[in-house]
Amino acid sequence: MRFEDNWQYSWQALIRHKLRTVLLLIAVAIGVTSVLLLTSLGEGARLFIEKEFSQLGSEIMVVLPGKKETTGGGSVPVYGSTPRDLTIEDAIAMKKISTVKAIAPIIAGTSLLSYQGKSREVITLGSSKEIFAVRKLNLSKGKIFNSKASDLAKPVCVLGATIKQELFGNQAAVGQWLRFSGQRFRVIGVLQERGESMGLDMRQMAIIPIRSAESLFNSPALFRVLLELKHANTEQYTEDKLRALIKKRHEGEDDITILTQNSLMNAFNKILTLVTASIGAIAAISLVVAGFLIMNVSFVSVSRRKEEIGLLKALGATAKEIRLIFLTEALLLVSLGVLTGLILGYGLTALAAIIWPVFPVSIPWWATLASIVVALAIGLLFSWLPAAHAAKHDPVLALRGN
Amino acid sequence: MNSALIDIQHLNKTYIVGEQPLQVLKDINLQIKQGDYLAIMGPSGSGKSTLLNMIGLLDRADNGEYLLKQQATLTINEEQRAALRRAHIGFIFQNFHLIPRLSAAENAELPLMLAGMARKQRRAKVQQVFRRLGIAERADHLPKQLSGGQMQRVAIARAMVLEPQILLADEPTGNLDQKSGREVVELLEELNRQGITLIMVTHDQQLAKRAPRQLTMVDGEITEDTQQTQQSRQQQDAL
Repeated sequence: MRFEDNWQYSWQALIRHKLRTVLLLIAVAIGVTSVLLLTSLGEGARLFIEKEFSQLGSEIMVVLPGKKETTGGGSVPVYGSTPRDLTIEDAIAMKKISTVKAIAPIIAGTSLLSYQGKSREVITLGSSKEIFAVRKLNLSKGKIFNSKASDLAKPVCVLGATIKQELFGNQAAVGQWLRFSGQRFRVIGVLQERGESMGLDMRQMAIIPIRSAESLFNSPALFRVLLELKHANTEQYTEDKLRALIKKRHEGEDDITILTQNSLMNAFNKILTLVTASIGAIAAISLVVAGFLIMNVSFVSVSRRKEEIGLLKALGATAKEIRLIFLTEALLLVSLGVLTGLILGYGLTALAAIIWPVFPVSIPWWATLASIVVALAIGLLFSWLPAAHAAKHDPVLALRGN
Repeated sequence: MNSALIDIQHLNKTYIVGEQPLQVLKDINLQIKQGDYLAIMGPSGSGKSTLLNMIGLLDRADNGEYLLKQQATLTINEEQRAALRRAHIGFIFQNFHLIPRLSAAENAELPLMLAGMARKQRRAKVQQVFRRLGIAERADHLPKQLSGGQMQRVAIARAMVLEPQILLADEPTGNLDQKSGREVVELLEELNRQGITLIMVTHDQQLAKRAPRQLTMVDGEITEDTQQTQQSRQQQDAL
């Protein structure tokens, strides 16, 4: 039998049994699509977590007061308490470490923000101007406060986008005066709209100079200090220096916890591994389901045609030719089904990305590969088995249709 | 008798029906010469179709000997049997066994396609056979658009395109009305006159009587063979 006749014969079998072909195609396509969609959800969750971490930036370190409790074996950091606060002076001392490019000490607290009769509880961060660079915060209006303002506890503030909208609506906020728990502050800037990062919704916050916060909350205790390094890969050196520095300033105790992006990533690696593993499980289950679907479909479609196999044998076809004919047909059918499934799967995730842009649905490449390989392998195998079985035996059995 | 085209000796075949073994062929001995015209008769279940399938290499006997053109066929593998089928045997079935999705010409082309002939030559060959069988204008019709007689002609064309030496017909008129049945039989006899060996299974006495040699089977045994009767008569006459 010639190569082109083989393809022609299989192609005819598909296009002249349109209903059967379409049904089989749908079965294969659904199998492939379900694998792609399910894994894309899992992968989306994983990417979402990863994105959250990467926003921190790789050259950022976070210093927290209190020592990390390493007992209990948990990999998620648990912070102990300490009698000694981390102070603004500690932070200023940190600036002298040679590898540190910028520091942004943060005092955090809630204050009642009020403007013309409207008021709202707001998380207020007191910091230096470096916080804007370190946390990559951009302004949509106005300007940030300068270092002089930080040192002199000037009553100025930068508002998050949501706060600004709630208090001022569409009016200009910059230049207006409002009250933080009774104290008057002037709005000098508004933050650009931006989603959550590291669990902090910057749209819901107000930022004031650190000395202003110190007096507003009547405490020099820092919530944390953000450090930006001059160069990557100097975390370890910087950490040693920081600990030595704090030890000297804190009566021989380095009662701080230092987080780098790497250590955070490590801390959450277990979660990420779990997420990845569950994606794998989801993929495996959907592949098995799809595999069974394709298996049944292929098996039934060939078994129903034993008579044709018997006839071809009676006409002089060898068992090898029969297997080749039915493998070709299965290859065509499953390939078309896989193609349809891929188009559907990628189309639907693209659609989901448009409808639901916050959640990054994404089909992992290995799921695509696995679904193609499994669909083809199972489709071909379970077409080949009944075809080979029918081809091996005396044609009279197949002609009778059993 | 060594020149027999088909030489069957002590052939046995047993099917397992349910749990009971059923011997459908019992010690069959049969010699058929090139150009013979043979009708096999018998009630249903007598094993006549099984015998035809054996001759056509569609089924395999349990033991005995079947030489096709002096070549043993029971010990060779399925691929070799397929090659023998393709080279020597054309088959016609009671229910035609045309593939519904293929046109008449495509159905008849199948053996040529399997044998690896190029499309153009196939078309020409089939067209020629179709003209001879009087169905040339039906070449592009699907089986469902054809009458029974026309379908059987397509099946005959399919059996003939490789110009086999043996034409096996299993109740070729069984699904046809009388007129088209007679036409089909006349067609087969015409092919026999041109030299092909024709073996036909039928339960129709009238039809069987047209064959010079008639075989009757009952319960898996050949109970009557007109040729052997003639031979023994000749032998008796000689004595």
